[in-house]
Amino acid sequence: MEKKEVVVVGAGPAGLAAAIEAAKAGAKVLVVDLNMKPGGQLFKQIHKFFGSSAHHAGTRGIDIGSELLEEAEKNGVEIWLNSTVIGLFPGNKVAIENGATGTEKKLVTVKAEEIIVATGASENVVRFKGWTTPGVMGAGAAQTMINVHHVKPGRRAVMLGSGNVGLIVSYQMMQAGIDVAALVEAAPKIGGYAVHAAKIRRAGVPIYTGHTIVEVCPGADGTVGKVVIAEVGSDFKPVPGTEQTIEADLVTIATGLKPVTELLRLMKCRLEFDGLFGGYVPLHNKRMETSVKNIFAAGDATGVEEASTALEEGRLAGISAAEALGYIVRSDAESEREIIWKRLDALRMGPFGERRMIEKNKILDEFNGKVGTPVPEFQEV
Amino acid sequence: MNNRIEEHAVLDTASDKETVEITVDGITIPAEKGEPILAALLANGIRINRYTAKKHEPRGLFCGIGQCTDCAMVVNGRPNVRTCITPVEAGMVIKTQEGIEGV
Repeated sequence: MEKKEVVVVGAGPAGLAAAIEAAKAGAKVLVVDLNMKPGGQLFKQIHKFFGSSAHHAGTRGIDIGSELLEEAEKNGVEIWLNSTVIGLFPGNKVAIENGATGTEKKLVTVKAEEIIVATGASENVVRFKGWTTPGVMGAGAAQTMINVHHVKPGRRAVMLGSGNVGLIVSYQMMQAGIDVAALVEAAPKIGGYAVHAAKIRRAGVPIYTGHTIVEVCPGADGTVGKVVIAEVGSDFKPVPGTEQTIEADLVTIATGLKPVTELLRLMKCRLEFDGLFGGYVPLHNKRMETSVKNIFAAGDATGVEEASTALEEGRLAGISAAEALGYIVRSDAESEREIIWKRLDALRMGPFGERRMIEKNKILDEFNGKVGTPVPEFQEV
Repeated sequence: MNNRIEEHAVLDTASDKETVEITVDGITIPAEKGEPILAALLANGIRINRYTAKKHEPRGLFCGIGQCTDCAMVVNGRPNVRTCITPVEAGMVIKTQEGIEGV
């Protein structure tokens, strides 16, 4: 069986940042990712980031992705693409469906001393009538097709959800030449930043707040043909008699994300439900170590936030894994982590961020209360 | 039908990829080598990838990142291939999947 010091699951911002830190310290690192390209969702983010310059403000996601890849390469990080981690087993065995090309795959088991789970998040779904019709998709799916693969998944779209993803992807669909027929939001107000909403408004896209999609009707070819929307009452249920029909062949759903935690569950890491972070999240300490020894987690898998927070959490996990392997002495690791936590605190400020800071502290407290501190007694799996 | 993005304010859409041919349900279509099979299908206006086993309902692109399996098709005789994360190779034979094939 092949042996690696650190196996990182996921080559998004958290996974790559973790791999870079651990490799810089001297560890042999393997990153495994199921996609054709590394970088996670960074490569579809063609807009400029917000925040301070320390957090890549003004830089487009695609450029951050390229920088990370270059740094990973420079530090000797090994990356397996087209490779899905299909299981984690006792003794830190990582089962990987490894595919050099897309269709020919082989099963490989790698024994890792430290495992960093940076599996990211997946899109939430709203189940209106006809939601499985081809042409109904996650907003992120449409964004991937447009910005990464340069193809249009449809010609005329209805966007459901007015958070930042809904607003940004609506604008990016227009940039790609897709007509955005309407933006539909169940809440009485737009969820995302005003600056993004203004761009959509200026382009003349009608924004229907207090509305939802009632039904998607297939056209002659079996894919989306018409979208029926209606006003919602205070109970968020459609009000009969307020229906309107919109001609469209594309429906994009931007109603939030949830952490991808199946692998952590398999390892029996302790998870708790957290509504703000999008679902079940692993309890972890300030080293990003979960309740199971040698298993770390970082990025959206620990609670849905942003690429900038994922990068910082990845760095924490990478440093901690290198420390566990003896490549960094504890005092140095502690001081590096302290600097990163200060940057994370800065990212978790403002009206949106502050709630996340409170929630993150709750998870750290729960780890301390339920798993133990300072050096927790871990349970053998 | 060509659904490729030819002009874009931010993206460089000029492709240096080699154009190859693949067949989908017996019809030959152009595709770019190395792009996901799904992208080639969308570029050619094909949006149904499979039909469900019980109710024969159509399914197509949903997550686009290899998580949901709604875009699974039969590729070179192998069923359940996620076309959104499988790169195009010249001469690939692709078939719309009926239910869960290969069981």
